[in-house]
Amino acid sequence: MAKFVISRRKFLTSASLGVSGIMLSGCDAFDSQLRVGDGLRSFLEGANGLTWRAQRLLAGDSLAPEFTEADIRQPQRPNGVTAPDDDVYKGLLANNFADWRLEVSGLVEKPLSLTREQLMNMPSRTQITRHDCVEGWSCIAKWTGTPLSLVLDQAVVKPQARYVMFHCLDTIDRSLSGDIKYYGSIDLIDARHPQTILAYGLNGKPLPVENGAPLRVRVERQIGYKMPKYLRKIELVDSFATIGGGRGGYWEDNGYDWYGGI
Amino acid sequence: MESVARSQSTVGPDTALPKDATLIYRQSRWTRLTHWLWAISLFFMLLSGLQIFNARPQLYIGKESGFAYNNTVFAIGAENTASGPRGYTEIFGKRFDTTGVLGWSGPAGRETSRAFPSWATIPSYYDLGTARVVHFFFAWILTTTLVVWLVASLINGHLRRDLVPRIGDLRRLPRDFVDHAKFKFHHTREYNTLQKMAYGGVMFVLLPLMIITGLAMSPSMNAVLPFLNDLLGGRQTARTIHFIVMLLLVAFFIIHMLMIFAAGPINELRSIITGWYRTDPPAHGSKKPERSV
Repeated sequence: MAKFVISRRKFLTSASLGVSGIMLSGCDAFDSQLRVGDGLRSFLEGANGLTWRAQRLLAGDSLAPEFTEADIRQPQRPNGVTAPDDDVYKGLLANNFADWRLEVSGLVEKPLSLTREQLMNMPSRTQITRHDCVEGWSCIAKWTGTPLSLVLDQAVVKPQARYVMFHCLDTIDRSLSGDIKYYGSIDLIDARHPQTILAYGLNGKPLPVENGAPLRVRVERQIGYKMPKYLRKIELVDSFATIGGGRGGYWEDNGYDWYGGI
Repeated sequence: MESVARSQSTVGPDTALPKDATLIYRQSRWTRLTHWLWAISLFFMLLSGLQIFNARPQLYIGKESGFAYNNTVFAIGAENTASGPRGYTEIFGKRFDTTGVLGWSGPAGRETSRAFPSWATIPSYYDLGTARVVHFFFAWILTTTLVVWLVASLINGHLRRDLVPRIGDLRRLPRDFVDHAKFKFHHTREYNTLQKMAYGGVMFVLLPLMIITGLAMSPSMNAVLPFLNDLLGGRQTARTIHFIVMLLLVAFFIIHMLMIFAAGPINELRSIITGWYRTDPPAHGSKKPERSV
């Protein structure tokens, strides 16, 4: 009996020493398992799919909270690219976006090329919502724009389409193969959500350059990086595997989750 | 393992050493399993959470973050001074120099501006996206474990038998304080009053509050439960509460470790690994331990 206790004691002592050793050296070992594409990383990312399904189930068509004029206490904080240095963008800006077009292409029956006036002549929606940045901060502002669902209806989405891809005018990064323009994607449930708008107005004024002029996306039930600015093209796709790094967006290709509802 | 040990203890005083009557089966497999799942998930959630905090090392009170006005209650940062860069921590506008740990830290000569130091975050380098992946994975584990524990503890009686406070607990409270302060521990089947308060506080106040404030930060959950942020005082207040609860859980962990070392780490550790716990032998002439196997 005494032998049993001692051996167990020895076991516990060595086990606790072992655990603390793993904890000390484990952080660096853990780091190296967390790069995009690693097995452990991919396993942990599975939780995002679970979150996506769970929140879809719970949220349904429910609306993001809307606020009152009194809650607008400051200008909308800009983030990411705030002044695109691209020649094409600067050319469009110089002409006050008169030559800018929003292309709608991909898996649609009727590809579109819309001017800002055409978009502004469509029914609009104005909403005072809270923008939540992935970094952790929030900012409340009033957004005006065309519901994305109306644009999708006009283009007539083919049944095999699953995602809306957003292609932008601003260069977010440079790689050996050239400039990387911002891109991102959402599913058709969020795309058709009543609060998902293509915004051209902010706090009662035309959308400023730092917030994404001439047009940006608002997806109110997701985090800020899911709402691309400086929109150029909307592409309906059945998969985003061949676009960029294949994870559905610029930040996603850099390790951020595709679903940003949390 | 369990059944072997059980048969040993039920051999009784005839064949075993007398003190074996004091070896009791104290922690059910559900308590042990969930305990270690919490230990692992809270470790990863803390370190990934500190990484997430580093992306915006400020805490605010209200619905949003004040940029054109000030609603910051806590901030960690770095600033240039005449004697070089210094790290600071600001609480309600009062600034403390925390160079080396908070705000400005790293190996000598290669310090960087980061709120929590490299050794306290996952990953060790700045990577918000990865920290979120780790944090949300373990959030699912932690929450599932809490539900499993609650159901198991209702069924196996752990809740009713060990955690529900009784009148006697209140009476014992002053003596419990004195005993703990003197590091005088009684090894019994039952939790003492302070233990009940600490464990109950973590299970029924801190962890649920952590989950609720975590959900309150999710824009999608705000659409499902719009009243949550109204109740908590806004999303940024929820984020601040989330941080404060983290501090309280860290405080619990430190005291928990201290108590285990003071009360006898081998016996305490054995009970949470194997379930078996050695109680104090009954004092001469007194009645037997109140409850044994």
